[in-house]
Amino acid sequence: MAKRSSPEVNAGSMADIAFLLLIFFLVTTTIETDSGISRKLPPMEESEEDVIIKQKNIFTVILNGKDQLLVEDEVMDLEDLRESAIEFLDNGGGTGEDKCDYCKGKRNPKSSDNPDKAIISLKNERETTYATYISVQNELVAAYTTLRNIRAEELFGVSYTEMQKNYKDVNWPGNKTKLKENISQIKLEYPQKLSEVQ
Amino acid sequence: MSKFNKKKKGDLPAVNTASLPDIVFMLLFFFMVATVMRDNELKIKNELPAADQVEKLDKKDLVMYIYLGKPNDGFKDQFGDEARIQLNDKFAEVGDVPAFIYSERESKREELRPFLTTALKVDKEANMGIVGDVKQELRKVNALKINYTTRIGDISMNNN
Repeated sequence: MAKRSSPEVNAGSMADIAFLLLIFFLVTTTIETDSGISRKLPPMEESEEDVIIKQKNIFTVILNGKDQLLVEDEVMDLEDLRESAIEFLDNGGGTGEDKCDYCKGKRNPKSSDNPDKAIISLKNERETTYATYISVQNELVAAYTTLRNIRAEELFGVSYTEMQKNYKDVNWPGNKTKLKENISQIKLEYPQKLSEVQ
Repeated sequence: MSKFNKKKKGDLPAVNTASLPDIVFMLLFFFMVATVMRDNELKIKNELPAADQVEKLDKKDLVMYIYLGKPNDGFKDQFGDEARIQLNDKFAEVGDVPAFIYSERESKREELRPFLTTALKVDKEANMGIVGDVKQELRKVNALKINYTTRIGDISMNNN
């Protein structure tokens, strides 16, 4: 019988392996950041003059205390909210100087003139649950984002979300000043006008 | 005879433990980096609703946190069953919000103050009433940038 004692495993490079792993984890771990829906509250001081807004330019969304949704005086499911908000915003029913030449909506004269004039008004009761409120906010923001994406795709060949991601990315190779201009152009064409009734 | 008995057959060599400190250090470093320190101990239930149209909230030092939710079991007798506000480590009333905002502002450098954002971490079962009250207080002290902190996910997860 041959002598068969296994040689000791060389552990000299173990530390190197450990460091390699350490560096790998250091590089790949991202510290969790919070994310959420950002909003801007209206300032306290009320403006003296009353701005007259045509009824057809207002899209009323009411949430009652039982979490039921009333959109433009009709009961609606949460799933349909995004669709009808898009339809309202992109309607482009205006003529003359209110004309919207980039809107793709039905141009219904009874609905909004153009996205700049269109205002979404959200009203909630004290008893409304926060989860439903966030769902509604989310759908309304999604409506704006969808329209902005379509418009950006049309003008610049990239979606609006992609543009914003590139803008925040420090390693993005393109021209940032140009990108910023493009983003603000889209924002100007589809401004987020969401007002909350107290 | 002893010549043959020197080594028992099939005896495994002892596992080398020289690199054990390295491994331990590695784990230590990993957890040091990956752990998010929670500055506030939550005394309320705080299950955030889900949304997918979210923006990241970076620059953590410029965020003020306001928590809302039902008190945890241990505090139910004292603070009741309705949603309450928590600022830092304490339960607070709606009227305490402005003072909190002022003190947070005071602790930041002056040039950074306009960029302060208020993150509202609200439990999904809370009612909008208290949220509206807090928003009203924030308007009074001109803290207009707010962020409804959410989890990332589909909104259908909110209906249960």
